[in-house]
Amino acid sequence: MDFDLTDEQRLLKDSVDRLIADRYGFEQRKKYLAEPDGWSRDAWAQYAELGLLGLPFAEEHGGFGGSTVETMIVMEAFGRGLILEPYFATVVLGGGLIRRAASPAQQAELLPRIAQGQVKLAFAHLERHSRWNLADVAATARQDGATWVLDGAKGVVLHGDCADRLLVTARVAGARQDRDGVGLFLIDAVAPGVTRRGYPTQDGLRAAEIEFAGAGGAVPLGEPGQALSAIELVVDEAIAALCAEAVGVMAAMQEITLDYLKTRQQFGRPIGQFQALQHRAVDLLTAVEQARSMALFATMMSGHSDPTERRRAISAAKVQIGRSGRHVGQEAIQLHGGIGMTMEYKVGHYFKRMTMIDQMFGDADHHLGTLARLGGLF
Amino acid sequence: MDLTFTQEEFAFRDEARRFFRTEIPERIRNKVATGEHLSKDDIIASQRILNARGWATPNWPVEWGGQPWSPVQVYMYQDEMQQAHVPSPIGFNITMVGPVIAEFGNDEQKRRFLPRAANADDFWCQGFSEPGSGSDLASLRTRAERRGDTYVVNGQKIWTTLAQYADWIFCLVRTDPAAKKQEGISFLLIDMKTPGITVRPIVTIDGGREVNEVFFDDVVVPAENLVGQENKGWDYAKFLLGNERTGIARVGASKARIARIKQLAALERIGDQPLIEDARFREKLAEVEVELKALEMTQLRVVADERKRAKGKPNPASSILKLKGTVIQQRLTELMMEVVGPYVMPYQPPEEGQNEPAIGPDCAAAAGPTYFNYRKVSIYGGSNEIQRNIIAKAILGL
Repeated sequence: MDFDLTDEQRLLKDSVDRLIADRYGFEQRKKYLAEPDGWSRDAWAQYAELGLLGLPFAEEHGGFGGSTVETMIVMEAFGRGLILEPYFATVVLGGGLIRRAASPAQQAELLPRIAQGQVKLAFAHLERHSRWNLADVAATARQDGATWVLDGAKGVVLHGDCADRLLVTARVAGARQDRDGVGLFLIDAVAPGVTRRGYPTQDGLRAAEIEFAGAGGAVPLGEPGQALSAIELVVDEAIAALCAEAVGVMAAMQEITLDYLKTRQQFGRPIGQFQALQHRAVDLLTAVEQARSMALFATMMSGHSDPTERRRAISAAKVQIGRSGRHVGQEAIQLHGGIGMTMEYKVGHYFKRMTMIDQMFGDADHHLGTLARLGGLF
Repeated sequence: MDLTFTQEEFAFRDEARRFFRTEIPERIRNKVATGEHLSKDDIIASQRILNARGWATPNWPVEWGGQPWSPVQVYMYQDEMQQAHVPSPIGFNITMVGPVIAEFGNDEQKRRFLPRAANADDFWCQGFSEPGSGSDLASLRTRAERRGDTYVVNGQKIWTTLAQYADWIFCLVRTDPAAKKQEGISFLLIDMKTPGITVRPIVTIDGGREVNEVFFDDVVVPAENLVGQENKGWDYAKFLLGNERTGIARVGASKARIARIKQLAALERIGDQPLIEDARFREKLAEVEVELKALEMTQLRVVADERKRAKGKPNPASSILKLKGTVIQQRLTELMMEVVGPYVMPYQPPEEGQNEPAIGPDCAAAAGPTYFNYRKVSIYGGSNEIQRNIIAKAILGL
């Protein structure tokens, strides 16, 4: 057990932290938001240059062979920066699915191009009725010669509007919620039969509603209909990454709020001298530290070979992140008072990102239910 | 960063587990598991088994019986001990007075007191709090006046845990009433058999007798029982309180309680289904498990950080451990009451020679009193409000 970063990890952390400090000030971020994509292509190119877009990929695929710890380091920094680029969608989710489900030939074709920033991916999975049940897939895929044809509707596809390729879950057999029969398909985002409606999300990121109407030319990743296990693994790794991002978001809120308590004067003194607020500031710190601990736990367990053990740990972490995140976000706003309510002040933007993270891949209550059904942790 | 334990660490854990579960009598461990009252003899017997292996005093300097363990090993030792329901060695001896004597006492005091404290030949208690000095401990007024080779002590201590068992008491006493309040305090060791000491029990809301008032009426104490320098006692007290670091969260004990709650909730039926299958109950329990796992990881982070810290300079994050750890312990006593349900109501104090079978399910008798009793954990050792003050100042700089 050793919580120290290795020299290489320290180097990575320093360079990502510096990148965020230099490139992702609050005012700079506003400019990126106003760009046509809603994010910065320059920043994206710089991520590629720094090797961040290939971080988890094998060296033979132009990557760095980074572990979950490296991803955690980057995601925490990105959380602090509230970055807008499709890193999570493309590298963590998309790249993860390619690594875990695609054939060696597919990997060799796609991963180097992701690493170079030439291909962006999105995971088109959610359907209106499915909420967070990964097996609940109504969209269908049918074989047509060498490729497959997709039909169905997918919602809130993260960065689905700018993706070059889509990774789509579609059923090849079985009833709507069967574990068997869920396939994962790769399709060009502008293939005929694919309609996308992009929009901003509450936190300033982007997503899309995507319809597939007889969309042809899709290729399966892995055995068609047997994709669920790989998807679950990748989603668990993605949740661990989200937990790390959430820690960055929460830590930033905690620091900004503490700073405010020390500088804001009322009744002739800094408001941080009032014990009622001091104790709440402590509870904020405690919530962040507990969340950080669980993000570490999630990072440690996200690659666990036993899927049930992995699931327990990831669900537990998501519960903690959801609970801590809501507490820290609401308190950060409250302790700021009026200024915390304004669009021009940064704390509210962290609060909104935190709130959206809870909705991604299962909120705290969903994961609490999962954990309880699996018999808990101890 | 490597978040897994090494093979050596796992081997140590297994060794500790085996030792605790085979060497400490099951009779004693069962009492801890069910919340039954531990006798003085139980506590001493258990500590002597630990001491025979050198495991009563791992935190002491090696020359006085300490272990050269890594922080992770210390953590595993505590975790396994608590999970096996082994009574912790007497805290007053092991984590409080022992380290203070080892650090600040003279050689004669070390030779005289340390081996006996390690083996529970002396049972120590702590004379800190006074009726007028709780959270504001430094305002204490118990007076020790120097007369020749002795101090004469007058005053009163309160909340003195297990004073009724104690052979010795380590006291904070005021030796210089004129000095600023933190600067006139000394650390004095007093034999409980000295004339002029009166111990009066305080019965707590659970019906138990753990704490006492201790009165000092012209108690004559040899000056050689002063630890360190006169008027430096406050520094030693801070050292002592800082020493109680990683065990404070009691993660292992909470793990053991969760295991027990699950075991009992599987037996307890509501209608046709075991309580453990009730979704609401399971989720409430899972919620605490998440908090506990987070706390365990936080504790490991504090433990790992300890290697880098100067001795006697505890990580202020240990206050977080106490805050969260106590709330979790309390929450688990609530869930244990829920397991028992209405059978929490019969009041069944432990009585000698009681032959009638207990009323209600197993552990029903202890569930209510334990809940009542555990309200103390967020009060003692610096209330949770004081812990927040400490964090606000030491970590947040407010």
